[in-house]
Amino acid sequence: MHRIRIGSGAGYSGDRIEPAMDLAERGGLDYLVFECLAERTIALAQQARQRDPAGGYDPLLTVRMTAVLGACRRNRVRLITNMGAANPLGAAEATRAVARSLGLGGLRIAAVTGDDVLEVARELDVALEDGGTLRGLGDRVISANAYIGAGPIVEALAAGADVVITGRAADPALFLAPMIHEFGWRMDDWDALGRGTMAGHLLECAGQVTGGYFADPGIKDVPGLARLGFPIGEIHADGTLEVTKLPGTGGCVTPATVKEQLLYEIHDPARYYQPDVVADFSAARVEGDGPDRVRVHGGRGAARTGLLKLSIGYIDSCIGEGQISYAGPGAVERGRLALDIVRERLALIGVRTQELQFDLIGLDALHGDRLSRGHAPYEVRLRVAGRTATLEEAARIGNEVETLYTNGPAGGGGAWKSAREIVAVASALLPESAVRTSVTLLEA
Amino acid sequence: MKLRDIAHARSGDKGNISNISVIALDETDYPFLAEHLTAQSVATHFQEIVTGTVTRYELPTLGALNFVLTGALGGGVTRSLALDAHGKALSSALLDLELPNRNRQNNNQYGGERP
Repeated sequence: MHRIRIGSGAGYSGDRIEPAMDLAERGGLDYLVFECLAERTIALAQQARQRDPAGGYDPLLTVRMTAVLGACRRNRVRLITNMGAANPLGAAEATRAVARSLGLGGLRIAAVTGDDVLEVARELDVALEDGGTLRGLGDRVISANAYIGAGPIVEALAAGADVVITGRAADPALFLAPMIHEFGWRMDDWDALGRGTMAGHLLECAGQVTGGYFADPGIKDVPGLARLGFPIGEIHADGTLEVTKLPGTGGCVTPATVKEQLLYEIHDPARYYQPDVVADFSAARVEGDGPDRVRVHGGRGAARTGLLKLSIGYIDSCIGEGQISYAGPGAVERGRLALDIVRERLALIGVRTQELQFDLIGLDALHGDRLSRGHAPYEVRLRVAGRTATLEEAARIGNEVETLYTNGPAGGGGAWKSAREIVAVASALLPESAVRTSVTLLEA
Repeated sequence: MKLRDIAHARSGDKGNISNISVIALDETDYPFLAEHLTAQSVATHFQEIVTGTVTRYELPTLGALNFVLTGALGGGVTRSLALDAHGKALSSALLDLELPNRNRQNNNQYGGERP
């Protein structure tokens, strides 16, 4: 096959659905990929599965499958997604139910499992990246999932799957797998795997390469952001990528949008660690090749490390928060007085906090006051957030902000408060030999 | 002259680390950027926010620099108390950095097509 077309249907769990439907319908695609797992999502999904053993997969899975499966079947588009989250098998069953309800008999749905490595990680007591070990987190641990590579997805495609559903897979691997399957790349052809990973990295955030997260009016104008088209990657057998989008959709594909996305969430561009390869973007070239069409080549790769990154979800702490607004002349001074009152109250009533943050939104909440000095806003919104060990104590922070209504400076309006338990993520490494993946095929 | 006059930028996050790519609007400005936008100048710009190190990576074929800022996200997106827990707004804050003036036309060639 000379080249394949892969569409990106989602860049995160809650992403828009219409661009994916458009791609499935008229994208001329070979594959449609939905990347829906952020850093912490799988830990939250594990909690959801503990409450309901049939759940734990992406909450929009049924909506998305219902929206695109018919068009994918008609247009011979194979679908790959990590919407399985904490329950790929449950997600495959839910997808089969959608396929049957749409009359898509015979649709083959594969679930990739094995990324859930909590037991083996506990046995090995893996070291955490920021110090300590897994056992040190005690009973606060919710989940440990390994970022698996393209291998089991390729296996599922080779077995004839129309839909492949994974849990925690490396995001670019969702795109790399169909390239390996179609072009027959060897799993030690490091340069090809590096280029394929680069292509996957560019496509995985969907609208972020077609003009999303880019516009800066007057400097970087982007047309039609309300109907932003999602990207199509045309990949050649040597790994060269052309990024484009459907005619008539909003957004733009330019060398600038592609360069921004190429370096998005990258540390050393010569060493982008992935389960299949250490990709090297340092000599990449990005060239315009017509309207909304950009060619990317020059990626390379080196042998993979043999270690898989683990994402460990654990209960970290609680966060309590309160907000209230002040407006008009003297708003900043009244806001500062209110912050002082809350600071003193939290000490007076003995709320034990591990960390506290005091913000005047609209003045200094994002980057401190050094960068905003000299600006006088019409209004400020006070925000106090604090980390505590218990929900009860977290709730007392918001209460102290709310009581400013009747006990604080003049004219406080719109108080709001919350208290929540925080699921955080720690990283670790695990030898790939300790991870066993498998593929289960269902038929509608 | 502000950095924003000759470059665009995007920030991303991994754990408690932020990376900010800075890309010349016109590739011929890359040598000027590489000379004046150093790890030290970025660290100074963010001294009240970044608690760790700033490392710079050079990408001459893209006309870009990539800065990696450790300890920049209040413990990371999953546990930060900050309003912008991802540090998404850091790239715009960096574009406010002051660069030495130079005499040149603004020939931004990378803006998207206009509607």
